[in-house]
Amino acid sequence: MGRLVERSAEGLIKACGFASALIVLLIVFFLFKEGISFLNSSPVEDHYALFVHSGNPVTQLDEGQIKDLFDKKITNWNQLTNYEYPVVLLTAGDLERLFTPEQLGKNLEYLNACVAHYIDTVPGTLAYFSERQLGLSPAIRIVPVPNISLWKFLSGRQWFPTAQPAAIMGTLPLILGTLLVSLLAILIALPLGLAAAIYLAEIADPRMRNILKPVIELLSGIPSVVYGFFGLVVIVPFIQNLFGLPVGETALAGSFLLAIMALPTIITVSEDAIRTCPIAVKEASLALGASHWQTIFRVILPYASSGITAAAILGIGRAVGETMAVLMVTGNAALMPTSLTQPVRTIPATIAAELGEASFGGLHFKALFALGCLLFLITLVTNLLVERTTSKSRKS
Amino acid sequence: MRTKIETNNVHLHYGDFHALKGINMQIPERTVTALIGPSGCGKSSYLRLFNRMNDLIDGVRIDGKILIDNTDIYAIPQSEVDRLRRKVGMVFQKPNPFPKTIFENVAYGLRVNGLKDKKLIEGQVEKALRQAALWEEVKDKLKKSAFELSGGQQQRLCIARAMAIEPSILLMDEPASALDPISTGKIEELIYELKSNFTIIIVTHNMQQASRVSDYTGFFLLGELIEFDETKKIFRNPEKQQTENYITGRFG
Repeated sequence: MGRLVERSAEGLIKACGFASALIVLLIVFFLFKEGISFLNSSPVEDHYALFVHSGNPVTQLDEGQIKDLFDKKITNWNQLTNYEYPVVLLTAGDLERLFTPEQLGKNLEYLNACVAHYIDTVPGTLAYFSERQLGLSPAIRIVPVPNISLWKFLSGRQWFPTAQPAAIMGTLPLILGTLLVSLLAILIALPLGLAAAIYLAEIADPRMRNILKPVIELLSGIPSVVYGFFGLVVIVPFIQNLFGLPVGETALAGSFLLAIMALPTIITVSEDAIRTCPIAVKEASLALGASHWQTIFRVILPYASSGITAAAILGIGRAVGETMAVLMVTGNAALMPTSLTQPVRTIPATIAAELGEASFGGLHFKALFALGCLLFLITLVTNLLVERTTSKSRKS
Repeated sequence: MRTKIETNNVHLHYGDFHALKGINMQIPERTVTALIGPSGCGKSSYLRLFNRMNDLIDGVRIDGKILIDNTDIYAIPQSEVDRLRRKVGMVFQKPNPFPKTIFENVAYGLRVNGLKDKKLIEGQVEKALRQAALWEEVKDKLKKSAFELSGGQQQRLCIARAMAIEPSILLMDEPASALDPISTGKIEELIYELKSNFTIIIVTHNMQQASRVSDYTGFFLLGELIEFDETKKIFRNPEKQQTENYITGRFG
């Protein structure tokens, strides 16, 4: 009987272990499946296409050119190809203005003829219609739009995921924004956190420690929205006044806030690591005439280095993945970051802000998943880098 | 023989616990003194007085006089404590090497004492490792982690580490208790050789060890020094009944 219970408990534990490992792997798999399917799809909405006069020699239009055309930054085809006609835009919204209901017919049955005729008479036309509504005729042809490539996704400097007719999805400003904000945050938080951990573990008297440690642990439980609120009310105005900026919502504000948020984790984890140094080793150092400080820096910290690495990784993870608070204080402008006192937008903030408005399963939706993959890879690479550098320094 | 260490009426309290009760002892220079007694009798606490290791424990109170080379080591300013510890080396019960290479373990004491000359450090490290009878075993792997050594080698490394800064006193707190008989034998041989240069005080639970390596033996019981005399006398003809009982294994 007892053996049966033991066996079934063993089986249960095994099943739980397998299940949780599987869930983790499935999440990664699912994320990448959704994210990768986004690549090689067209930036133009399904079943829609761009039409031009068949005499127009333009071979293809990428999403940036399309945006410039529709924003009227390109006004003549000669800016793109040797075709001397001014650009005239034609979309479904223009139909009522150009044609009478009789001309279009019931259920737009004559739409094809009307548009074909219009394009034939206005050679500079760029029309954006559903392929179902507008069949091909000798006078018009479809301009191909290249699919989204990985390179364009990573190196594009513009992020306009909802631009019509073609979405522009360059994530470079988001990647750089994320890296800038979180690296600066960790540069602020790591020395401060380590100093606090050393103080708590080695210098503070026990009474002080018994007060400070629970308070710091409590801080790591504060929801990030509350931190964001604090940042918005305290840090943002402070930075605005300090630098005399028009707006205080900047990369710097985000970094400060993230540093504050990562501090409790860094302090707690590295303090625990420092306390794992055996008293015998500490005593050995002191017995050799080393001062307390020499003992801390030459023996205790090297002893705790793997724990401190873990603290750094957790801190970076928190900084890179933090969403709400960053969303609230960084200003969220998807621009290439050029200075710290400029608004930036991070990857998690982008996902959080845009997922609600992206249609389920659509291009924008998939692009956000791809951003999630990117975020995952960034944290993975930073973790591996941190791990490698510390294991290297430990060996030497 | 010159007296190296002298304690006069030393009392030690850990909070309310009276751990040492008026210990008087005079330890001559360049001899080996064994401190024996059952667990909790205060012998380790007594040993740790000489390099002020007890200072690290909260709530400790020390009364009486402890003189090393005629200087009261509890009257010196706090800043002098590091210097005292350079003079009084210590080997602990369990091998406790630093998470560093073999070389850096031995060089540590030199470095924290401000020695920077590479040649000088190398020379001292080799000398200490030779003194600890470890040189031949590790000379080809000085850059390897100290944790790769066996327990016995680690303990000899710790002895080398303590000797590298050339203390005049070596305190050993059951240095062989975690080791196998062969390693123990090596350590005992080492102690025997080291006594021409160092004043050694060794705490041990092992009667044979005490009788083999030491010139003097002190027997502690419940915080009191019952008897302190030449080892020969203690083991052959102790004055106190308690000492005889302990040595012959009737209690303890």
